[in-house]
Amino acid sequence: MENFEYHRPSKLADAVKLIKAKKDGKLMSGGMTLIPTMKQGLATPSDIIDLGGLKNTGVKVTKTKVTIMAGTTHAEVANDKDLKKAIPALAALAGRIGDPHVRHCGTIGGSVANADPAADYPAALIALNAKVVTDSRTIEAEKFFKGLFETALRTNEIIKQIEFEIPARAAYSKFPNPASRYAMVGVFVADFGKKGVRVGVTGAKGSAYREKAMEKALSADFSADALAGVKVKADDMNSDIHGSAEYRAHLVGVMAKRAVAAAK
Amino acid sequence: MSETGIGARLVRKEDHRFITGKGRYTDDINLPGQAFAYFVRSPHAHAEIKKIDTKAAAKAPGVLCVLTGDDAAKDGVGGLICGWMIHSKDGSPMKAGPHPVLAQGKVRHVGDQVAVVVARTRDQAKAAAALVNVTYKPLDAVADPAKAQKRGAPKVHDVAANNTVFEWEIGNKDATEAAFSKAAHVTKLQLVNNRLAPNAMEPRAAIGSYDAGEDHFTLYTTSQNPHVARLVISAFIGIAPEHKLRVIAPDVGGGFGSKIFIYAEEVVCLWASKRAGGVPVKWVAERSESFLTDAHGRDHVTTAELATDANGKVTGLRVKTIANMGSYLSTFASSVPTYLYATLLSGQYNIPNIYAEVDAVYTNTTPVDAYRGAGRPEATYVVERLMETAARELGMDPAEFRRKNFITQFPHQTPVIMCYDAGDYGASLDKALELIDYAGFAKRKAAAAKKGKLRGIGFSNYIEACGIAPSAAVGSLGAGVGLWESAEVRVNPVGTVEILTGSHSHGQGHETTFAQLVSERLGISTEQVSIVHGDTDKVQFGMGTYGSRSGAVGMTAISKALDKIEAKAKKVAAHVMEASESDVEFKNGSFSVKGTDKKMAFGEVALAAYVAHKFPTSEVEPGLKEGAFHDPTNFTFPAGCHICELEVDAETGVTEVVDWVAVDDFGNIINPMIVEGQVHGGIAQGVGQALTEGVVYDDGGQLLTGSYMDYCMPRADNLPPLRLDFTKTECPSNPLGIKGCGEAGAIAAPAALMNALTDALGVKDVPMPASPQTVWKAMAHLREAAE
Repeated sequence: MENFEYHRPSKLADAVKLIKAKKDGKLMSGGMTLIPTMKQGLATPSDIIDLGGLKNTGVKVTKTKVTIMAGTTHAEVANDKDLKKAIPALAALAGRIGDPHVRHCGTIGGSVANADPAADYPAALIALNAKVVTDSRTIEAEKFFKGLFETALRTNEIIKQIEFEIPARAAYSKFPNPASRYAMVGVFVADFGKKGVRVGVTGAKGSAYREKAMEKALSADFSADALAGVKVKADDMNSDIHGSAEYRAHLVGVMAKRAVAAAK
Repeated sequence: MSETGIGARLVRKEDHRFITGKGRYTDDINLPGQAFAYFVRSPHAHAEIKKIDTKAAAKAPGVLCVLTGDDAAKDGVGGLICGWMIHSKDGSPMKAGPHPVLAQGKVRHVGDQVAVVVARTRDQAKAAAALVNVTYKPLDAVADPAKAQKRGAPKVHDVAANNTVFEWEIGNKDATEAAFSKAAHVTKLQLVNNRLAPNAMEPRAAIGSYDAGEDHFTLYTTSQNPHVARLVISAFIGIAPEHKLRVIAPDVGGGFGSKIFIYAEEVVCLWASKRAGGVPVKWVAERSESFLTDAHGRDHVTTAELATDANGKVTGLRVKTIANMGSYLSTFASSVPTYLYATLLSGQYNIPNIYAEVDAVYTNTTPVDAYRGAGRPEATYVVERLMETAARELGMDPAEFRRKNFITQFPHQTPVIMCYDAGDYGASLDKALELIDYAGFAKRKAAAAKKGKLRGIGFSNYIEACGIAPSAAVGSLGAGVGLWESAEVRVNPVGTVEILTGSHSHGQGHETTFAQLVSERLGISTEQVSIVHGDTDKVQFGMGTYGSRSGAVGMTAISKALDKIEAKAKKVAAHVMEASESDVEFKNGSFSVKGTDKKMAFGEVALAAYVAHKFPTSEVEPGLKEGAFHDPTNFTFPAGCHICELEVDAETGVTEVVDWVAVDDFGNIINPMIVEGQVHGGIAQGVGQALTEGVVYDDGGQLLTGSYMDYCMPRADNLPPLRLDFTKTECPSNPLGIKGCGEAGAIAAPAALMNALTDALGVKDVPMPASPQTVWKAMAHLREAAE
């Protein structure tokens, strides 16, 4: 690992100032991706601005909305009592990210900003029609994830919080990569009643996306059987030694069915 | 039996130190003034080295020296060797290409070491290594063993035409051909035995230290056999003569074979220490270096055929295997796909005619050598996949088909060298069938089907050859060394005992089991015994630990030395108790004189031996210390029956192993708890091979599975509770009647699992590892049938 300057501001404004001032600065939240990348020499930032000092954590639940502050760890999300009642599927998703070490360091803001194509949260953000609130604006989840590790965030923009709509019922079904246990395919299904069903898929493509044909079928009939006729296209799906595009497309179908069956 | 003697379920003595973080591994050792080595490695699978510019690296902060293959050549540092000569069918010797400790002129696999930087700190060495500028001319590469011999394939070594190291054969070709021509049925399988990365928990590490005053070297290293390392580094690589080189293998965190071999990095640390003016030089592999440079295992491509007659009796076996050696011949690489593999192709069966051909090939991949089981898992996979498939094709019950063909008379001479000395294969099969409730399988299958699961059952009636091996026999087959073991028993004046052994413990629990033998024999507690190993200055010589040989060979050497201790102690006791030696009896730790109440405890006799007041030292020498070398008279033949039941998720292809029964015959067992642990670990590794693990190279020789993100180790949730039991036929070739258990699980498991999986899916073969994707593809026929 190369040398770098370490900063731990306690105010968001200071963090913004620092990241703007440093030439090759990098924002760090939990560091669960950034630090391994730096160890491998794939990232060599001049400065690390650790957002941990902002103490921007916590989950807030209202009647219609769940707000999770960006610095909240996966473990905190997984164990939040109010969230478990409001959107149990989201708490369960957080409880299956990585391993205990990752869950106690990694944060929702870090995960979302990193936009790993195999990360779990993006599927939930898409399905729960979430809004990403930054230091300067609000971005809809669907417009946030642009591609492989690519988001709508501008250079130096910092995520403050993420706001989720509360569905009538939802579930996340994940098919883990056998080796890394990242999502090879993860499908988040959320039923908003009259407002219809949203289906967010991660792991399968360059970035998380909505499976709209499934949404249509499920909005008409929220049952696993309703998905029988929906064909998932393999065209632009990821392909690697663990799963071909065809296999991933097949798994999207299976995981969606299982999510529908498990939704509560 | 003494409370801590043979057969006692004793908690391992060494575990307290290991689990409280007090083990002392090579990386825990830090010598004063120590510097660090970092290796510059090839990013190419195959390339010419046009130029190595070390100027910038040499000037970097903290750098003591930068060395390349040219420097090694100038200093007369020899190359690495392969210690087992194999001759081809035509009588020609195997084609071993040069294996320099730092590449000379060419690199042959990704990770091949090109230069080393020695610096004051690890970070400085690593930073400076990035400044070594190597100009390569990339060459076409070949990674797939099935393509290595094809016309036009890139040539890995000039000496090996068509990348062929040897074309070897065993068995009786004509008789086997005749058996096949008369066969009522022939079962044929194309099998790939997947390449595995060993993944010891402790990565390889070394400290080379040169003492200019004494002109003497010390090497701390992660070795399974420090004496062999010293022998090779002295006699072949020429770092120093043996009396000027001490090799210490302290606590070693797992080896599975990969730490048998003599690698470049350890040698370079010694040489670099001298070049750096006597500064000790440490190297610790990063995990990615382990993936790239620890010798891999397996990697066979095989066509196998089994001939049966009209009565379901096996009449012949014909095998053609291509074995991938990788880019260089590692220390024992040539023996693995030949004498450790094809000599076990008779399995547990009376097969009158066997003929096997093995072509060993070079490819632009990491060298391949022995890995837990070494050749025997590959043989078991061939035999047991064939037996199961043949039974299905013949419409016979796989258990009964096996039983019909079992060897039942011993000794049994197979057509492929091995002479099995003892066994009862029917007994382990019967017990396993009962444990698994074989009769109830159909019900369990039907219940699974209701949950959308495909359930299958599979057998593996493995045999292996352990306790390697009679020296003259292996010598006649090409081994460069004898495979005996040595032991020294030092009894201290107070009656405590130190056992010096050439067997090395790196997870096997020798500190416990060897002490149990002493406890049994001398009637003292294991607390009064220490096991000393892993240091060439302490132990005179030894051949090390591999091939499940430490019990059968290493403990037999200890047992022979204990015989001598007992004989000497009897003489001393006779003098002290003023009795005739023939009247002295030794039982339960006490010497007594027949027909009297005279008695001496073992410790009293030890003290008497050292004070030497009460016997004529002209007749009986003072002291109590004896040594022995034991050369086995035969291999040992552990065997058993593993049955696997699994369920496949028909939608996703995920395989869940739901039940596992293993009934093994290891002869006498010293410590059942340790033996069970060995079987558990072996099965886990075998399940890993079958379900999750596999080294993958792309066509250009780039390693695609270079980290745990892509190389899938088996985890706890891949395994069901394992149900073990044992049968026993004592091994007649050693006085302890023991056979060896370290590799059995890894040998038996892949075939049992893949037999169960092919049963579940109703297909002939599925390649290993049977990842969810692979199984999903193998279920295409079921999906088509459903549509």
